[in-house]
Amino acid sequence: MLRRALCLLLAFAAPAAAQQAPARVVSMNLCTDQMAMLLAAPGQLISVSSLARDRQSSAMADEAMRYPVNHGLAEEIWLLKPDLVIAGTFTARASVEMLKRLGVPVLTVPPAYGLADIAERLRLVGDAIGQRDTTDAVITDFKTRLAALRARTGRRPSAALYYANGYTTGNQTLAGEILLTAGFANIAGDGGGGRMSLEALAMASPEALITGQPYPGASRSEEILDHPVVRRIRAARASRSVTDSDWLCGTPYVLRAISDLSALRQEIE
Amino acid sequence: MTRPIFLLLMLVALLAIGSLSIGPANLPFADGLRALVAGGDGPLVLVMREIRLPRMVLAVMIGGTLGLAGAAMQGYLRNPLAEPGLLGVSGCAALGAVLAIQTGMSAAFALALPLSALAGAVLAVVILVVLTGPRGETLTLILGGIAISAIAGALTSLVLNLSPNPFAANEIIFWMMGSLADRSMLHVWLALPFMIVGLALLAGVGRGLDALTLGEDAAAAMGFDLGMLRLRIVLGTACVVGAGTAVAGSIGFVGLVVPHLLRGTVGGRPGPLLWVSALGGAAMLLGADIAVRLIAPDRDLKLGVLTALVGAPFFLHLVWRSRRQRA
Repeated sequence: MLRRALCLLLAFAAPAAAQQAPARVVSMNLCTDQMAMLLAAPGQLISVSSLARDRQSSAMADEAMRYPVNHGLAEEIWLLKPDLVIAGTFTARASVEMLKRLGVPVLTVPPAYGLADIAERLRLVGDAIGQRDTTDAVITDFKTRLAALRARTGRRPSAALYYANGYTTGNQTLAGEILLTAGFANIAGDGGGGRMSLEALAMASPEALITGQPYPGASRSEEILDHPVVRRIRAARASRSVTDSDWLCGTPYVLRAISDLSALRQEIE
Repeated sequence: MTRPIFLLLMLVALLAIGSLSIGPANLPFADGLRALVAGGDGPLVLVMREIRLPRMVLAVMIGGTLGLAGAAMQGYLRNPLAEPGLLGVSGCAALGAVLAIQTGMSAAFALALPLSALAGAVLAVVILVVLTGPRGETLTLILGGIAISAIAGALTSLVLNLSPNPFAANEIIFWMMGSLADRSMLHVWLALPFMIVGLALLAGVGRGLDALTLGEDAAAAMGFDLGMLRLRIVLGTACVVGAGTAVAGSIGFVGLVVPHLLRGTVGGRPGPLLWVSALGGAAMLLGADIAVRLIAPDRDLKLGVLTALVGAPFFLHLVWRSRRQRA
């Protein structure tokens, strides 16, 4: 399945880069939206997904205001007559399949699972839309700033990422690598993470607690971030409540998340 | 009569201690108890007092009142298939709770959560009692219950799907299946006043229910006010089910299985059955809550999954038996 997806992806990506740049590009995924907005030439990108305007999830909500939005429906995207559609591997599969059947070239971009993936994904999008020079510049700038941010620290304070429903992420994730790069040791350890019980959190009692900011509208799932145990740790230790926008997608905006956390680490030391 | 109560009390106490000593943090048993009683600062105290204690207390409160409410409804409707979860009372309470959370009422005023759940539960019980009358005709009762459950479930899903919050839609499973994970003492204090009122209302119905076994006319002739009896059962059931559902979601089948299992120990009399069912319900929910933590420690397996796996075959058995009796 995965191999097939990759083949398809290469089949579309390679000729698109070789031939001339597509003139009408539509993006239908929050993360590809941001990559496309960073890399596309003026007028080349004609629509981004509606989530791109959501301040809580998107690091480029203001820029997204300048583009018409789509809702990931095959019909509305078909009517935009795109030369290239950029989607995430897991976004609106039915719509993506339908667009492919209708003969629209679709580039599917897998999510970034770590900092190393970011340059690679940018390259993928940049090549597909024929913006090699802009992409080179963005990637070089990203790598330089990342190298400057890499913490040169002896002691790594322990930290936990804690989200709604008691979820946490381990080192082998984008969020985990952000935490590591900022100079913390993640108590969730290696791997992808998963549910961390309140008991485990209380017993580990990390020196820093990083929680997500609640979304609008209420939910039971986020109630856990207000549990007496979490509140106690937050009061006694260093803590940050971060918005998802700089963390969700593998874009150069993760540098903002890293420098945020580096500041938190310096508070502890 | 006193012997089953004593045995059940022992069982509840044992399971309560078991519930306090089980958790992902693998604490030495004695250290945990010492931290619970002595208090202090460390993480151990936090785990015992803020995580395990409220979980155990809520299991006793909710299980106990579900058993009691099931016994009271079965006694009043004289139908062994009556149960708050199956008949949509819990479902309506969940709808009330979801509305309180999603409209922001519960954030502005904490008691709005149990109050709104209570309103939902009252509505469901009133519809059921009016629909079936005191004779509790099985078909009407079950069909009415199915309809109420379906409406409540659909509206709950609708409200959660319309929420702007990305987590809300996933919570449908919590409201339908129930869980005691990650609750705090705050939830105990939220539910407690309503549970006490409900208990007080249901405490006095035993003799009326005993009399009712002889028929309505006989009970009325013995001086029991049937309207009053009905009112107490409606409000009492709604209070306890509403408060429990508001903090732990709807947990089905406890009120069905427990009275059925224990009916023999009290000679089939609905009055004494109330109290043994309360103890039995507490034991059943404590046991189920221990089981979900042993089976899948990291997964927050929902309580209602277990109670339904035990309870649904029971329900089928009861339906089968009532069919044979009619034939």
